[in-house]
Amino acid sequence: MKANPAGVLTGAHFLDGDQACCEGALAAGANFAAGYPITPSTEVVERFAARIPTVGGLFIQMEDELASSIAILGAAWAGKKVFTVTSGPGFSLMMEHIGLAAMTETPCVFVDVQRGGPSTGLPTLPGQADMMQARWGSHGDYETIALCPNSPQECFDLMIDAFNLAEQYRLPVLFMMDECVGHMTEKVVIPPADGIEIFPRRFTSLPPSEYKPFKPGADGVPEMVKAGDGYRFHITGLTHDEQGYPAMNWREQEKLVRRLVEKVRKNTDKIVRYEERDIEDAEVVVVAYGITSRVALRAIQMAREEGIRVGLLRPIVVWPFPEKHIRELSEKVKAFVVVEMNYGQMVYEVERCAAGKARTELVDHGGGTVHEPEDVLKAIREVAR
Amino acid sequence: MSTLPMVEPAINPVEPFLRTDRMPHIWCPGCGIGTTVNCFARALVESKLNLDKVAIVSGIGCTGRVAGYMRLDSFHTTHGRAIPFATGLKLANPELSVVVYSGDGDLIAIGGNHFIHAARRNVDLKIICVNNFIYGMTGGQVAPTTPVGATATTTPYGCFERPFNLPYLAESSGAVYVARWTCFHVRHITRAMVEAFNKKGFSFIEIITPCPTLYLRRNKLGDSLDTMRYYKQKSVIKNGANTKEVEIALGGEIICGKFVDIERPTLGQSMNMQLSKSLGARYVAPGGR
Repeated sequence: MKANPAGVLTGAHFLDGDQACCEGALAAGANFAAGYPITPSTEVVERFAARIPTVGGLFIQMEDELASSIAILGAAWAGKKVFTVTSGPGFSLMMEHIGLAAMTETPCVFVDVQRGGPSTGLPTLPGQADMMQARWGSHGDYETIALCPNSPQECFDLMIDAFNLAEQYRLPVLFMMDECVGHMTEKVVIPPADGIEIFPRRFTSLPPSEYKPFKPGADGVPEMVKAGDGYRFHITGLTHDEQGYPAMNWREQEKLVRRLVEKVRKNTDKIVRYEERDIEDAEVVVVAYGITSRVALRAIQMAREEGIRVGLLRPIVVWPFPEKHIRELSEKVKAFVVVEMNYGQMVYEVERCAAGKARTELVDHGGGTVHEPEDVLKAIREVAR
Repeated sequence: MSTLPMVEPAINPVEPFLRTDRMPHIWCPGCGIGTTVNCFARALVESKLNLDKVAIVSGIGCTGRVAGYMRLDSFHTTHGRAIPFATGLKLANPELSVVVYSGDGDLIAIGGNHFIHAARRNVDLKIICVNNFIYGMTGGQVAPTTPVGATATTTPYGCFERPFNLPYLAESSGAVYVARWTCFHVRHITRAMVEAFNKKGFSFIEIITPCPTLYLRRNKLGDSLDTMRYYKQKSVIKNGANTKEVEIALGGEIICGKFVDIERPTLGQSMNMQLSKSLGARYVAPGGR
């Protein structure tokens, strides 16, 4: 299905990442957003609040992030395409409803424009320390999909993918930006609506008498309905059977939660996405994502000038992690240098996948500003020796 | 010898509104929640609403289980968050009648912030708050409605916090319809629910119910039948009463009635008015896409 032209601002624009993220949501067909003001993410919903009344849909500023993150789920069950936007402290509050969205298989997108933490931390300055929270933040077992743009253009492009993945797999998709990407202004090209592919909601064609809300299709994903259409369906955060009724026993738990996990795990190869640069002859691979990948590129350039064979692996989809690819690379390369704006998060994944076959070094940073390319270069030199 | 006439098996008139495949329910014998559900089903009949367009949202707790037993589009959400879920649902599809059916702890303690803001905004929701003065599902802990002096597992020496006066809270936050009844007043409850269905805006009905297992027993208040007698003897119907004066004390009188019934534009109406005024023909009303 092609995008509805109503929300697509076709043309070349000069936008910051937050604004581009909003345009991506509109192009994807988002017609309901709820949010609570928090730096450095607020520009996304400010723009949405200004744009959506002439496109068709609505924005509501709720009383807190708990409310925003569940108001969108209510709207999704009324048939809307929904998202909310926040930063670290708000992301922490939203965890409960990421879990509810996962459990009830509600398609939605959560945007986290990361800032320095923990707690209130550095409201106006960048961080990348919510990456493991995106993976494990809500209680219980579940899988999500998380994307990590490194430019305003990607904030636009990947936001469309985020909505499509949310609809395809019926789960919350996490959009992990950072303050730098959110606030940097660059050229953003928005294609015509007929050049944008949209994954439509998986509405059932079965009549109410035959429909079961949580009976999975061949790919493990059930078909959806919306309130008001006569299905008289039940949705609960409790462990439930295919009818959607609470089922308090280990058998239904095993059946349901395994399926929730496997609908991502079994499709990892299809979902995973990354960018590679100068990787063919590389003996050192720098792994970096978001704004940090752009600093890493400068360091790689400097190292190449010194004759070091180094390349970049940039996960675009960060969860599920490109596990298979890192395993393959670890057979060929000497070392990984993981550059991230935290004291070590995704490095654990790289280290796990490298499984001792390639050395893994972390270039950490507490956030507040980006790395110095020289610090990355130093680490590259060290492992290349 | 005459044969007995064939007798049609008796069908409870509320049965079509219930998910009978989910019975038996989880509520204890003597619990008042079932009584309110009976009233709710009767109110659905009387209101003649298209039931395909009625959605029910609950939070967590004993009353939180109501949504799951009603043969409606039903949502059992997270603790305290039924109102913001319902706000999203209602705004996204204004055609729906959205009922929030939950307990005092869920709506007023953990969900208190959402409660006051939804009332302030006048979201068109029908809030049915079953108040049994206690957290039932978790085993009898003190609630923001527990009367001073009553004991709970977490106030073993008696509650010393002033409870919320729910009708006053609802009215001062902006509710357009506020009523309180006990589950002795089944006809009044049903009528209040029908009125709320016909009302546009944030409507609040508090229903006082017995929790025999955890509240009555611990406080030596007898059984549910004794409580019904108490409701009968100690409730005073004062329609239009000043909500400031309807506080409930342990063993004291319970002032019941319809306290508030006013008109005020709903959130959806206010939004449409403001956006139409500012944007004119450029405004595309939600749902138009």
